Amino acid sequence: MALWRQAVRGLRALLNRSSADRDIGDEVEHYFDEAAAALERTGLSPDEARRAARLELGNVTAVREQVRAYGWENAVETTTADLRHGLRQLVRRPAFTIIAVLTLGLGIGASTTIFSVVNPILFEALPYPDPRRLMMIWDGQNGGRSDITFGTYREVVTRTRTFQSLAVVGPFQPTLTDAAQPERLDGQRVSADYFRVLGVTPALGRDFQAADDQRGAPAIAVISDSVWRRRFGADRSIVGRQVQFEGGLAVTVIGVMPPTFENVLSPSAEIWWPLQYDVTLPTNGREWGHHLHMIGRLREGVREEQAREELQAIARTRASEFSRPSYAALPDGFVTTRLQQDLARTVRPALLAILGAVALLLTIACVNVTNLVLARGFERRTELIVRAALGASRLRLMRQLTAETVLLAIVGGFVGIALAAFAVDVVVALSPHELPRAAAIRVDGRVLIFATVLTTVVGLAVGVVPALYGSRADLRVDGRSATDSHGREAGRRTLVVVQLAFALVLLTGAGLLLRSLQHLLAMPAGFNPTNVLTLQVQTVGRRFLAPDATHQFFAAALEAVRHVPGVSAAGFTSQLPLSGDQDVWGVQVESAPPSAINAARDAYRYAVAPGYFEAMGIPLRRGRLLNAQDDANAPRVVVISESVAQRRLPGVDAIGKRLRIGASPGWFTVVGIVGDVRQASLAIDPLDAMYVTNEQWTQFPDRARWLVVRGLADPGAMTPAIRAAIESVDKGQLMLRVATMDERVSASAAARRFALVLFQAFGVVALALASIGTYSLLSGSVTRRLREIAVRAVLGADRRSLLELVLREGMSLTIVGTLIGLGLAMLASRFLETMLFGVSRLDAVTYISVVALLALTSAIACWMPAWRASRLDPNVILRAD
Amino acid sequence: MDPENTDLIQGTLDMLLLKTLSLEPMHGFGIARRVEQVSRGVFKVNPGSLLTALTRLERAGWLDSEWRDTANSRRAKYYTLTRSGRRQLEAETADWSRRAAAVARILKAEA
Repeated sequence: MALWRQAVRGLRALLNRSSADRDIGDEVEHYFDEAAAALERTGLSPDEARRAARLELGNVTAVREQVRAYGWENAVETTTADLRHGLRQLVRRPAFTIIAVLTLGLGIGASTTIFSVVNPILFEALPYPDPRRLMMIWDGQNGGRSDITFGTYREVVTRTRTFQSLAVVGPFQPTLTDAAQPERLDGQRVSADYFRVLGVTPALGRDFQAADDQRGAPAIAVISDSVWRRRFGADRSIVGRQVQFEGGLAVTVIGVMPPTFENVLSPSAEIWWPLQYDVTLPTNGREWGHHLHMIGRLREGVREEQAREELQAIARTRASEFSRPSYAALPDGFVTTRLQQDLARTVRPALLAILGAVALLLTIACVNVTNLVLARGFERRTELIVRAALGASRLRLMRQLTAETVLLAIVGGFVGIALAAFAVDVVVALSPHELPRAAAIRVDGRVLIFATVLTTVVGLAVGVVPALYGSRADLRVDGRSATDSHGREAGRRTLVVVQLAFALVLLTGAGLLLRSLQHLLAMPAGFNPTNVLTLQVQTVGRRFLAPDATHQFFAAALEAVRHVPGVSAAGFTSQLPLSGDQDVWGVQVESAPPSAINAARDAYRYAVAPGYFEAMGIPLRRGRLLNAQDDANAPRVVVISESVAQRRLPGVDAIGKRLRIGASPGWFTVVGIVGDVRQASLAIDPLDAMYVTNEQWTQFPDRARWLVVRGLADPGAMTPAIRAAIESVDKGQLMLRVATMDERVSASAAARRFALVLFQAFGVVALALASIGTYSLLSGSVTRRLREIAVRAVLGADRRSLLELVLREGMSLTIVGTLIGLGLAMLASRFLETMLFGVSRLDAVTYISVVALLALTSAIACWMPAWRASRLDPNVILRAD
Repeated sequence: MDPENTDLIQGTLDMLLLKTLSLEPMHGFGIARRVEQVSRGVFKVNPGSLLTALTRLERAGWLDSEWRDTANSRRAKYYTLTRSGRRQLEAETADWSRRAAAVARILKAEA
């Protein structure tokens, strides 16, 4: 009730200030009249009584102001008055306002953009219930993170007590053939508990049950909302209906996921099938292949550490009922990380570094505007002194000055948000493909809240220093007082030094990343990427269930491609370097030398068509390459990489030795050694590799193969002709993931390039802002010292010495800024360390070049005011006074 | 020459104003003079604090106000105690008596 009255009365006073003011005036007036009248009654004359009353009660105006200051409406009023005044000040100086608003807008916009990219990946909780309990579990073999075998999953899911549920998932791409236009879908094969681990349920129909995930169980699928709308017109009767897939497979749809379901493990997946693996775990089946991701949900109250310890204990101690083949023996235990961290694993260092960089940029922008506001403070001294003399308190002046910068920040904030709305898309487009949750990156409510808070903080931060100086305005200190303006000058110098130092940090980061990228791209990939086109051909149709039909199709397609004009070499391979493929098998060398490394170590398996080596430009070191004679009827042969020869067959002639790949039924004889190739990434040292012909790989025919075509010139132009050649053999086959090898090499460096592009952009802006800061400080200082300079000139100082006078001031700032910046850059480079490649974080070349760049820019910024000082006509200046 | 302290005891202004107005409606100066007279000059209220306090009490709903014309064709603002103001006065008086008695007991007690 009282609150209500407060609000109503306050509002009434606010809306009708003049009547409220009159009331207060009348009441105070009446009070004084009564007081005087009372004194008159004691015998004083009316005049004396009036004077005595004023003496006793004080100034009428002061009393009125005291009464008037009561109430919340008064604070509102002061603030609006401040803002209105601020606005007038800003409009009066459009150049200053525009520069300040743009600078702040740039800073706020860049920060908001980076925040909206980083937030869903690093900070925001994943879109599942209780997401902190979700863990990814990897096989830690060889100190890395390998996929899990189904056999390992069976053992862990039975033995664990810390996990409430566990699931394994593997990628697959079924082709929907129920309409005229077949469509290949991205999907996942999952164990029955997958959705329960995530804590999501289908919007329509039902989830997988344990009985669905058994060998021989009916073919069923859960589909995404997107595919349900796109392919089935959002028909609710889809549940329970059979849908045709390639190979004449009829699959019953049992459920549709809700539109809000975000599948972070594979964002593009639109369909899920049960794994339906053989629980008897035959050793020659896919049950022991390292090709599944394992995800688990911790029991409530279980700490991450407990789960990790339990899994290590399971890895260490074998249970008699679970046998483990040598290549899934878990000698290195498991790697267990929280899902969110696991997803962000590869991009986290880049994102954190970028976040740091944008914070530096924002600081530089704020410092720049602070500097501008301070410079303006000199011009406004008279105004402030008059206000102080009229009784404005220091706090009141500070509020008024801060209102101006807050206004600047608010306008800058709008500019920034507009900038961010546009820049977010650009940044996402630039981002490496391994960036998780890309779909969740947008300017949303959280981002707007962030931007608003940031804007307020920026407005206050920019305002506080000028407000402290400005509010010191005092009549007793004359406007031209030396001490005060010196203090302010020192403040501005400090700010310029800060800008220079931070700009140096950003530029150093950009320089280190640039050098890393150069080193990375200069790494020998092991093949020649120039003029090479790659695409994946996937067979569709029941007849390809027969291995011979598959081989025949690919052989005919290859023959057709080789006849395309401009093709100099072509070949197929089961996996392609830098494509993201990870087909890794255990290798066993017959009678390996005792000094050889662990025989169970994995190696990449390439089932290739002869001609692959020539098309990729992989050099032969010894022996021979594979050729057309190495077919199904010929003795099995293998070509190994140099690293296999060095590590598994050290000190012996590898040619003629025999090895087994995985659980292959027979031995392969080594006939040749080729150069090492970087399969996973340019930054990762090559792993062992083995090449066999498609026909001699009898465990299964690879139904999806990469076509590698070397052209005489730019291969991109040949794409239509190559497609046509394959279609001439069989029209219904899929051709996907087309890219030149150069593009794949460049994509492999994408995370570093992403960081580099942003660091470069921030670095350039920072350099520009720092130069503007230096320039405006010096030109302000020249303007203020016109008389001094003129007197010096009259007294015989020549142009050079005047030039030196100003240059010395500017360059001493640059030197201090550079020294501080160098120290900071060396410290900050530690955060970049994981992203550097081939350069030390204290790389001298980078630091020297960056310092040179900063010195050069600074020199230009100093030169202009200095030159102006040296060209002044002293007579004009001195006469003007 | 040390002038005697005429400041109000902190927190008692509201109670004194309510009490003064419980007798009859009054204007600002009237209240000030009554407080001074009844306290025999021990307490003096300055107009700024008094008028601000009256506005506050009015906003709290403990006082009502009305404008009356005065003899010399000026306006005077008269304050009246409301029902909830009377309750508030009772509550504050009771509270004050309790505290004052406690303070008196402590001061009388032998150290």
